[in-house]
Amino acid sequence: MSSKGNTGPVVGQRTFGGYLLSLLAWLVGLLFFFPVFYMALSGFKTEADANADPSLIFDPTMEQFNKVTADKPGLLDAAEAFANSAWIVAISTILCMALAIPAAYALSIKPIGKWKDVLFFFISTKFLPIVAAILPLWLIADYLDLRNTRLLLIILYTAMNLPLAVWMLRSFFAEVPKELIEAAQIDGASLRSQITSVIMPIVAPGIAATALLCVIFAWNEFYLAIQLNTSGASTVPIWVNSAVEFQGQFLAQLSAAATLATLPVVIAGWLAQKRMIRGLAMGAIK
Amino acid sequence: MAEVKYEAASRIYPGTEIAAVNELNLDIADGELLVLVGPSGSGKSTALRMLAGLEFVDKGSIYINGKDVTLSPPQDRDIAMVFQNYALYPQMSVASNMAFALKQQGIPKAERMERVKEAAKILDLEPYLDRKPKNLSGGQRQRVAMGRAIVREPQVFLMDEPLSNLDAKLRVQTRTELVDLQARLGVTTVYVTHDQVEAMTMGHRVAVLDHGVLQQVDTPRRLYSAPANLFVAGFIGSPAMNLIEVDRTGDELHFGSAAVPLPDDVRADLRASSSKRFVIGIRPEHLGQDQNGTACGVTVVEELGSDAFIHASMPHEGDEVTVVVRLDGETEIVRGDQLSIGIDGPVHIFDAESGARLGTPVT
Repeated sequence: MSSKGNTGPVVGQRTFGGYLLSLLAWLVGLLFFFPVFYMALSGFKTEADANADPSLIFDPTMEQFNKVTADKPGLLDAAEAFANSAWIVAISTILCMALAIPAAYALSIKPIGKWKDVLFFFISTKFLPIVAAILPLWLIADYLDLRNTRLLLIILYTAMNLPLAVWMLRSFFAEVPKELIEAAQIDGASLRSQITSVIMPIVAPGIAATALLCVIFAWNEFYLAIQLNTSGASTVPIWVNSAVEFQGQFLAQLSAAATLATLPVVIAGWLAQKRMIRGLAMGAIK
Repeated sequence: MAEVKYEAASRIYPGTEIAAVNELNLDIADGELLVLVGPSGSGKSTALRMLAGLEFVDKGSIYINGKDVTLSPPQDRDIAMVFQNYALYPQMSVASNMAFALKQQGIPKAERMERVKEAAKILDLEPYLDRKPKNLSGGQRQRVAMGRAIVREPQVFLMDEPLSNLDAKLRVQTRTELVDLQARLGVTTVYVTHDQVEAMTMGHRVAVLDHGVLQQVDTPRRLYSAPANLFVAGFIGSPAMNLIEVDRTGDELHFGSAAVPLPDDVRADLRASSSKRFVIGIRPEHLGQDQNGTACGVTVVEELGSDAFIHASMPHEGDEVTVVVRLDGETEIVRGDQLSIGIDGPVHIFDAESGARLGTPVT
C-alpha cells in the first residue's frame, strides 16, 4: 500500500512510501549537519591533516584549541569576547522578547485596528540592506559616544531581531484558542492573569523557538560588531577572526575557533528544543 | 441566584447592516432553565455571548439580578459558562481547571480544594482530579467543563451547545443528568442549542430565534401546540409539521379534496385579511386514515417501532404535495398503497406572506 491520490501520508504508518520519506528526511538532515560535523572534526586535526585530502581517520590533537585560546598580547582575549557576547546576546534577547510578547498579543489576541499594516511596518526595516544604514548608524553611535560599548550592540541586536520575533510570536499567539481566553475572562482572570496563567504556558514552545532564533542571530552577527567596534565590546565572531593566524595553513585553527564559537548556540538550541517538543494546546478544545 | 433581563438588546457586527441580534426582549426568572434555539445564524450564540460580556451590546440593556451589566466586563458579571469545545486549560490538571476561578477570587487553597472535591463528587470526577485534559475522554472533558462552572456557585450558568461534541447515546444521557443537576442547584441557566429536541426536552421555556429576531418564547408544550408563526411551526417538532400553501375560496380553505374545519376566530381573521395565500399547518399525528379524506399514494414508510411515519403524495391545487402522517407502529401499510387521508385534530392557519398565525394570538 502506498500513499497515493488524496490519502495523505499518515505519521508512523509503515509503508514503502513512508520508509522512503524517512530516508529522504535523514539524508537531508545529514546533508545539513555534515559541514558542522566536518568543521568540528577538523578542529582536532593538525594543519597538515586538515589540508590533506579529506579523511575521517587521523590522530586527534588538542593543539589547535590550545593555540586559538592561548593568550596573545595585544590581541582580543577569548574570555573577554565570550563575556561580551554572552552579555550582549542575553540582554538583547530578553529585551526583544519583553517587547515582542506584548506586541504579538496586540496583533493577534486583541487585534488593534489595521493590524496587518502594522505588521508590515514592523518587517519593513528588514528590507533595508544593512550596508546602506551603516554610515548613519556609525555617525549616530559616535555622536552618542556609544561606539565600542556593549550597550550599542544590545540596542542594535534588539532592533534587528524585534521584527522577526514579533512576526513569529504573532503566529504562535494566534493559535491560542479564543475560547480559552474567554473562559479565563469569565472565570474572573485579570489581563495579567490571563497572560501568565493561560496564554504563556500554551505559547511557551513558540517563545522558546523565537528566543532561540534571536540568540543565534545575535550570537553570529559580525558586520555591525566589526564596523562599530575597534575594541571594548568585541564579540565572539570577531574573536574567531582575530584568534586565527592567517599565515601559512590555518584551516584546522579556524575550525577549532569556529567550533568553540558554535558551542554556546548548540547548548541554547538543545535547551530550547526540550521546550519545543511539548504539544501546543493538546486537550484544550474538544 | 438571579433573574436575567434583555431589554431591546441588539448586536450589530462592525461592517454589517443587519443586526445579528435585533432588539431582543427576554425575561428569565430566578432558577429557570431557558433554552435559546434556532438554526445557525439565528443569533442564539450571539445573544448568549452578549449576556456573558464577550460580545458588545450595541443598543439596549442587559440586567442580571436587577443590576445593569450592559457595559460590565465578563469578570464582573458572576456568571459561569460551558463552551461547545469545553475550552479547558490544557496545562492544568482537572482540579486546577475547576479551581481556577476560585483562585482568581483569592479564595484560600484549603477551601478551594474542598469545593472542587464537592463538585467532583457530584459529577463523578473524583478519580480524575490529577489528570490533564488531554488524558480524558470527550464525555469526561465535558463534565470537567461543567464542574468548572458549578464549583463557582455563580448567579447564572451559560451553556453554548455543551452536548454537541458528544456521541448520540452519551448526549441523551448527559441531557437528562444536566436537567437534574440544574434543578438540584436551582441556578438560573441560559442554554443555547440548534437541536429542537434538546430544546423541547430541557427547557422550562424555550425562546426560538431566527435571523436575530425572537420569534416566540413559551413552554415547550405551548410552542408545539400553538406556534406563533410559520417559522416556529416548521422548526419545532420532528418530523416537521405539514405546511401546505393554499388559496382561499371566500372564507374557506381546502386541504386536498376536503374543506378545512376552521374555528370562528380563525374564520373572522381570514375574512378580515387582505392576503390571498395562506398556509395550513397540520402535525403528522393530526392526520389519519379517513373514509371522506383525499386519496394519496404512499411513497415512503419510516418504521420507528413505536410509530410509523407515512410519506404520501397528495393531489393539491392541480399539483402534488407530500404529507407526513404518523400512524402506530403496527401498521401494515407499504410503499405503493393507496390511502384516504383526512384531518384528525387541530389545524394551524398562517398568513403565507407575513407568516403570522391566524386566530387567537399566542401569549
